[in-house]
Amino acid sequence: MTIAIAMSGGVDSSVAAALLAENNPPADPNGPPDVVGMTMQLWNQRRLPALLGAEEGEPARASGRCCSLDDVYDARRVAGFLGLPYYVVNLEDRFEQGVVRPFVESYLAGETPIPCSLCNTEIKFAEFIDTARKVGADTIATGHYARVEKDPDSGRYRLFAGRDASKDQSYFLFGLKQEQLARTLFPLGELTKDEVRAMARDRNLPVAAKPDSQEICFVPTGNYRRFIDAYLSEQGRKIEDAAGDMVTTDGRVLGRHEGLGSYTVGQRKGLGIATGSPLYVIGLDRAHNRVVVGADEELLKSRLLVREINWIRPAREGDSFEARVKIRNKHFPAAARVEARADGEALVEFASPQRAITPGQAAVFYDGDEMVGGGWISSVLD
Amino acid sequence: MTSPNAVGYPEEGWVLPALRCNSTMRRVYLDNNATTPVAPEVLEAMKPYFLDDYGNASSIHWYGQRARAAIEASREQLARLLNSRSSEIVFTSGGTESDNQSLFGIVGASRAETKHVITTTIEHSAVLHTAKELEKRGVRVTYVPVGSSGIVNPADIEKAIAPDTVLISVMHANNELGTLQPIEAIGRIAREHDIYLHTDAVQSVGKIPVDVASLGVDLLSLSAHKLHGPKGVGALYIRKGTILRPLMYGGHHERDRRPGTENVPGIVGLGKAAELASECLAEEMERVGALRDRLEEGVLSSVPLATVSGDKSKRLPTTSNISFDYIEGEGFVIAMDLKGVACSTGAACSSGSIEPSHVLTAIGRKYEQARSAIRFSLGHFTTPEEVDYTLEVLPRVVEQLRSLSPHYKKDAVSAQPAGA
Repeated sequence: MTIAIAMSGGVDSSVAAALLAENNPPADPNGPPDVVGMTMQLWNQRRLPALLGAEEGEPARASGRCCSLDDVYDARRVAGFLGLPYYVVNLEDRFEQGVVRPFVESYLAGETPIPCSLCNTEIKFAEFIDTARKVGADTIATGHYARVEKDPDSGRYRLFAGRDASKDQSYFLFGLKQEQLARTLFPLGELTKDEVRAMARDRNLPVAAKPDSQEICFVPTGNYRRFIDAYLSEQGRKIEDAAGDMVTTDGRVLGRHEGLGSYTVGQRKGLGIATGSPLYVIGLDRAHNRVVVGADEELLKSRLLVREINWIRPAREGDSFEARVKIRNKHFPAAARVEARADGEALVEFASPQRAITPGQAAVFYDGDEMVGGGWISSVLD
Repeated sequence: MTSPNAVGYPEEGWVLPALRCNSTMRRVYLDNNATTPVAPEVLEAMKPYFLDDYGNASSIHWYGQRARAAIEASREQLARLLNSRSSEIVFTSGGTESDNQSLFGIVGASRAETKHVITTTIEHSAVLHTAKELEKRGVRVTYVPVGSSGIVNPADIEKAIAPDTVLISVMHANNELGTLQPIEAIGRIAREHDIYLHTDAVQSVGKIPVDVASLGVDLLSLSAHKLHGPKGVGALYIRKGTILRPLMYGGHHERDRRPGTENVPGIVGLGKAAELASECLAEEMERVGALRDRLEEGVLSSVPLATVSGDKSKRLPTTSNISFDYIEGEGFVIAMDLKGVACSTGAACSSGSIEPSHVLTAIGRKYEQARSAIRFSLGHFTTPEEVDYTLEVLPRVVEQLRSLSPHYKKDAVSAQPAGA
């Protein structure tokens, strides 16, 4: 069984690689290696030099974001350190088609997209598994904090949150299908971040003290707008972002906004309106090109519609169950009732209102620490 | 001990442990166009120049004299291989430097108001990127295209000549396809029009006869590590009387043509490699050619939808560039590597970038075929057993990759004869 470990150059995937290397000594010294390290080259950081602050004619510096040259260097070092064969696999085209484009379209539609979940489904698990199989590895592994188990009775694979709740990444994995889960290992699922760092130090891994990268890998600085401007201008397009009215929830005009693209639900800063009490973006009305603002309490909603749901634990139209639901990665899963509808949709009703439910983010359903499915938030009801 | 590149090295020093991997695994090296193993005789010849005869060749004393003598002996060995005068050989750090020196050197020495350079679309990046830089500095460059054979037509070179053309640069053998360019014919044209001719002969020196007199070149680049010599050293043949503007400034080494303390062991290695090549050139061409043909015929007969790129007769005896429909070169190279066979998808220096090779695009290969092109390049140390092992594992790798290609399944189904 040859295992391909996805290595990003970060501490997590490096320790995952080390654990796999230690636990899978080669059975036959003449046979193929049993653990192979690979880095997926997803986005060329030098492609949009406008984002790296490069001057005309100067080579653009690679930023410190994921998938930069520095990260490939680190992954290669760690693989060499562990004695693993190591390859960089270029998936830039597919990443652009499968993740960046939808990200841009979602943003232009007034949503606040979260590409990491889409990347996991489309790229990290689909493409990586495909690549691994092509080169003879039937199993893949990643450094995600999550756990997968096969149910002995049903034969189905179940996905659980990582044991370290503060690092759990199951939120991003809602799109995984059974056939993908069947071929995936998560060596870090039972470990805490502190334990992982300690393991890196104990093994003297070259990246033991490297800080974690927090942002979306292809958007340096986290400035979505700047990225999209640069990306569109490459194609000779620009954000059609007309200014429009900023209104209260009952339609009273309070001021002007500079274009929907600059706002996200829950945003407080940058509204340009001075009133007695703080104002927050409640929603983006694309149809009328309006930003709806209101008081903090107005951000609290209880019901939302979710679309394109992937059910890891099967659910049919009409099924209704209690679950804890996360609407953001850094959101404490809140009690709710989930009602499965037709066409991969569901209605979620929270027991208590939640703040700033944002279309474009993912809603992920948990039964205890089992992640049973999730999809994209399409609209917020009330 | 911290590294500037990777944030996160532990504070205390760390030690790289021995590589834990199956070193007893059977391995076959078919990437000689990328680099070659140093021949044992070459290594032996180099050894004394590290610990015993380590002098600086410019020093007056005994140590310097020993080093100087070794360099000059190597120069003569190389001159003999190329049929040039010793004084026309300058040692450099390798092919890239020699290419840079040739292009910048000729253009820089010319005092013309406007300057024009002619080259081809299939040159190595050491020439192409240098040409691009020349363009940025106001020099006009014409990149003459080549046909699907991968061979440039001398008439096209001639057509491109302008009143201000100062240099023509055409490689001798292409690194990806192995195809041989008609340098003699281009040499005649260059002489007729009184234009300098440079050839990047990095891939041909040591593999086929390279005679500067019959080629009619003014400048020729070569690199030691392509002919079983060490990396980091090469040479530039500069026809007597050719004026070049220097690339670097410093001491008066190499008769004022290339400053810097000479890499004595490297130069000695290059000389020895040249000597070994001269001794057995004809037999070796036949031996390697036969092995290459064995590999190529074996592949074509056991794998459907495989095509050889580039002219099959006017090419190096060592190289075979084969495209396999429906697969990606990268996946193939990795899968073969995991089975122990080392080959490549084209120029080794396109690190991690997946653009299909500029060479294959230039000869008119469609994107899909360009992406599936594999280069097998054999060398002095390649054996028939290695070729046979490769033929054993290759068809299964191709089949495995094709089985995972959605297009292959679709087209295979539609190719079924009716009623099947």
